[in-house]
Amino acid sequence: MSATTLPPRHQRDNPLRWLAATAAALALWALLYAQLAPFSEWAAGLLPLAPGSRAHEALKFFIYDTPKVLLLLTLVVFAMGVVRSFFSPEHTRALLAGRREGVGNIAAAGLGVVTPFCSCSAVPLFIGFVSAGVPLGVTFSFLIAAPMVNEVALGLLFALLGWKVALTYLGFGLGVAVVAGWVIGRLKLESWLEDWVRNVRAGAVELPSADISVADRIRAGIEAVKDIVGRVWLWMIAGIAAGAFIHGYVAADLLASIMGRNAWWSVPAAVLLGIPMYSNAAGIIPVVEALIGKGAALGTVLAFMMSVIALSLPEMIILRKVLSLKLIAVFVAVVGCGILGVGFLFNLLFA
Amino acid sequence: MKDVKVLGPGCKRCEATAQMVRDEAAKLGIEVTVEKVTDYAAIAGYGIASTPGIVVNGKVVHAGGLPKAEDLSGWLAAG
Repeated sequence: MSATTLPPRHQRDNPLRWLAATAAALALWALLYAQLAPFSEWAAGLLPLAPGSRAHEALKFFIYDTPKVLLLLTLVVFAMGVVRSFFSPEHTRALLAGRREGVGNIAAAGLGVVTPFCSCSAVPLFIGFVSAGVPLGVTFSFLIAAPMVNEVALGLLFALLGWKVALTYLGFGLGVAVVAGWVIGRLKLESWLEDWVRNVRAGAVELPSADISVADRIRAGIEAVKDIVGRVWLWMIAGIAAGAFIHGYVAADLLASIMGRNAWWSVPAAVLLGIPMYSNAAGIIPVVEALIGKGAALGTVLAFMMSVIALSLPEMIILRKVLSLKLIAVFVAVVGCGILGVGFLFNLLFA
Repeated sequence: MKDVKVLGPGCKRCEATAQMVRDEAAKLGIEVTVEKVTDYAAIAGYGIASTPGIVVNGKVVHAGGLPKAEDLSGWLAAG
């Protein structure tokens, strides 16, 4: 194609210019990030509170964590937005349809992380997958991994607890999704779907192939930041505030005796407590950080976090439209056991 | 007269998509009927796995997320 026949959009979307702008934005980001520690030291010094007092400790925690988490979250969400522009649920379904269990579960869990997915699409996605010949267990692997191992959770864990914990979470989160999906597949529960779901027979649709430019992918990243950071920042600040309170005011011995490594019953208690609670990763992870700082065992709080995020009441109410109560109970039990295992294993590994 | 269906359970984005279709059609001077399909079985029948979806004269042209205005005008003009 010669330049004269290109539509105006493609001239505006010079890929080099977009890439250069992205590089400049990343440099600015790095500069801001490098200034964080001196800035929060300076800002904490301005507080009219005695250094070392509880209120001062709590506020310092808040002042330092809020901009740091916001910056890291923005970066991770942007990168994930760009990666996700290479995937779509329809494409993922085509990759998974008719796949054997085992390999299919692994592929589904992995694709669950990178496929764009919004919880309001959960039901159409479920039916779309099952009716196009994706096995039930493989579909579940996708549905468990997608909310649990998401960019917000990974970004925040990386920001607050370091890359080792973030990577381990990624590995174990995928592990739970693979194993739980495989177990559900082995149980052969297709007959427990709502009747109308089993009767939907839809082939995969052939969408006109969208031609996506470099500029479109960068734009997708920016859109993701606007959408996700715009949606979770309030949760996050509430979470950091709760974390700051724990940091400043909760006694370490008390917490360690309840959530510490020696209290074996704390892992199942954390999972059970997490089921009726509803928050997203942005709200819960700053709390997790503060709890760990006070001597709570990593496995116990991560199990709590997974349970809060992956087993939520609102999601079950949505899924009730397609699943029978029995099937939802099995889903909760299998995923809950997986999380339990992760909690104990983490406590063992990071002892 | 173009027959446009917006597929989605009635979330915010589905509303926004339906409004985009109306606006774009008005801009192009194309007459359209916009129908919202909210029934899950009917949505699945079109073979999409993400919403909102757009169907122009019986053909699925889009699934998942808000469409781009330029693409939308292309579908409306062509379909």
